[in-house]
Amino acid sequence: MAILVIAEHNNAVLGAATLNTVAAAQAIGGDIHVLVAGQNCAAVAEAAAKVAGVSKVLVADEAAYAHQLPENVAPLIVGLAKSYSHVLAPATTNGKNYLPRVAALLDVDQISEIVAVESADTFKRPIYAGNAIATVQSGAPVKVITVRTTAFDAVPAEGGAAAIEAVAGQGDAGKSAFVGEELAQSDRPELSAARVVVSGGRGMQSAENFQLLYQLADKLGAAVGASRAAVDAGFAPNDMQVGQTGKIVAPELYVAVGISGAIQHLAGMKDSKVIVAINKDEEAPIFQVADYGLVADLFEAVPELAKQV
Amino acid sequence: MKVLVAVKRVVDYNVKVRVKADHSGVDLANVKMSMNPFCEIAVEEAVRLKEKGVASEIVVVSIGPAQAQEQLRTALALGADRAVLVETAEELNSLAVAKLLKAVVDKEQPQLVLLGKQAIDSDNNQTGQMLAALTGYAQGTFASKLELEGSKAKVTREIDGGLQTVELALPAIVTTDLRLNEPRYASLPNIMKAKKKPLETVTPDALGVSTASTVKTVKVEAPTGRQAGIKVKSVAELVEKLKNEAKVI
Repeated sequence: MAILVIAEHNNAVLGAATLNTVAAAQAIGGDIHVLVAGQNCAAVAEAAAKVAGVSKVLVADEAAYAHQLPENVAPLIVGLAKSYSHVLAPATTNGKNYLPRVAALLDVDQISEIVAVESADTFKRPIYAGNAIATVQSGAPVKVITVRTTAFDAVPAEGGAAAIEAVAGQGDAGKSAFVGEELAQSDRPELSAARVVVSGGRGMQSAENFQLLYQLADKLGAAVGASRAAVDAGFAPNDMQVGQTGKIVAPELYVAVGISGAIQHLAGMKDSKVIVAINKDEEAPIFQVADYGLVADLFEAVPELAKQV
Repeated sequence: MKVLVAVKRVVDYNVKVRVKADHSGVDLANVKMSMNPFCEIAVEEAVRLKEKGVASEIVVVSIGPAQAQEQLRTALALGADRAVLVETAEELNSLAVAKLLKAVVDKEQPQLVLLGKQAIDSDNNQTGQMLAALTGYAQGTFASKLELEGSKAKVTREIDGGLQTVELALPAIVTTDLRLNEPRYASLPNIMKAKKKPLETVTPDALGVSTASTVKTVKVEAPTGRQAGIKVKSVAELVEKLKNEAKVI
């Protein structure tokens, strides 16, 4: 049996999360097909066909799939799923939105955010904000799984030559409509895929002070994140939130500035390769996970750091 | 309009859980339990809809052990009108919970069902979407804004790159994200009044729902810990270490 991976994309560009999801599919083993559901998404299908390890790309191109509305996308995936042993999607806000709907329509449980593949039916996933790791086994005829992308190294985006096949769409379910979106415009790297992340917490004291982090981030080529406390306090928008209920990141370098290190924040960044903490409270829990800790006033240390790197 | 709100009893978000020695799960003995934070936001949103005159009745439902009555009483103190406990001692997966909620939806016929986007114990982020699938309703997940206009709901959703707004036909399922609202605290008089509000208990059997699962937990382990590193004395030393020791800049 083959594995179906649902592509992450915006109709123009194949999302990097797809490459990590294909890597998880390779760890399971089997033929890997990718579904691109969108509108005018031929370029995405072509990109997916080049991904290493993909043997076939299915394209459902129609207006109903333009914004990945789950009411429309889920029936399409359900119709295809029965020919597959596994259906995988990245644990992005898109994947998290439509895939449980697919699982319920198939009458199977979903396994969310796997971080390791033990065998074709057994997976590891974090629970309790990553304070415990559960090993779960699925007896479902079709295993429906979301993949924590930071836990799987991306497969190469080039090297494959998969066949592209059109599949018939199922039209609009007529239950929901896209109204609009406001996407953050930024020249900085995307938070969940950045090599370096600089994050600020409550210690930043105001939204204006986040400018210090942007200046440091620009010197390091980094993305900027925030703790839930900083988001709750209105210092940063929610799409910058790193943590159990925000984005999960695992960059090569994570710089935590004025972040105490609440459980729910650590859940979102403790798999980073190198962690730096800058905090004036030497008892802050963040120092227990930091490779390099600097007990200092961030308003002096951060500009100084930006100067020296 | 009738609004149904689902709430879950979970470990309090301040508790750092420990894995049991036999790896069968986490140790919940003598641990503080609370309403899941995202469910508190769902209750608050329903109460605000009632205060605006949009919602006429708020029914709150929980699926869990007898002690989940505490969380239902909390929701009643916050402003829900009556409560339903689907009592089960088993730890159920999201699909089973969604099937039980579907049975309650069939009976109550709400125009809107509000749930938290995710429970902070199992971290699944599935139940609302599954309930939407089983009822055939539209879903507005990770909501940061909810507006009801006639037979439609306009939901602004937190997505990876920013915000997305969708329009859903009612009845619909909405799951809450952090910024939807800031939940209030229950006042003492309301806590007293809540004790007299109706709370009905039913069983999965009585609802005719099978809670069988296709997934089983084999074991639960502690994550591999991260060791604390060193403290550096100055920014200059930090930069030196990052360049020459960690080689990340």
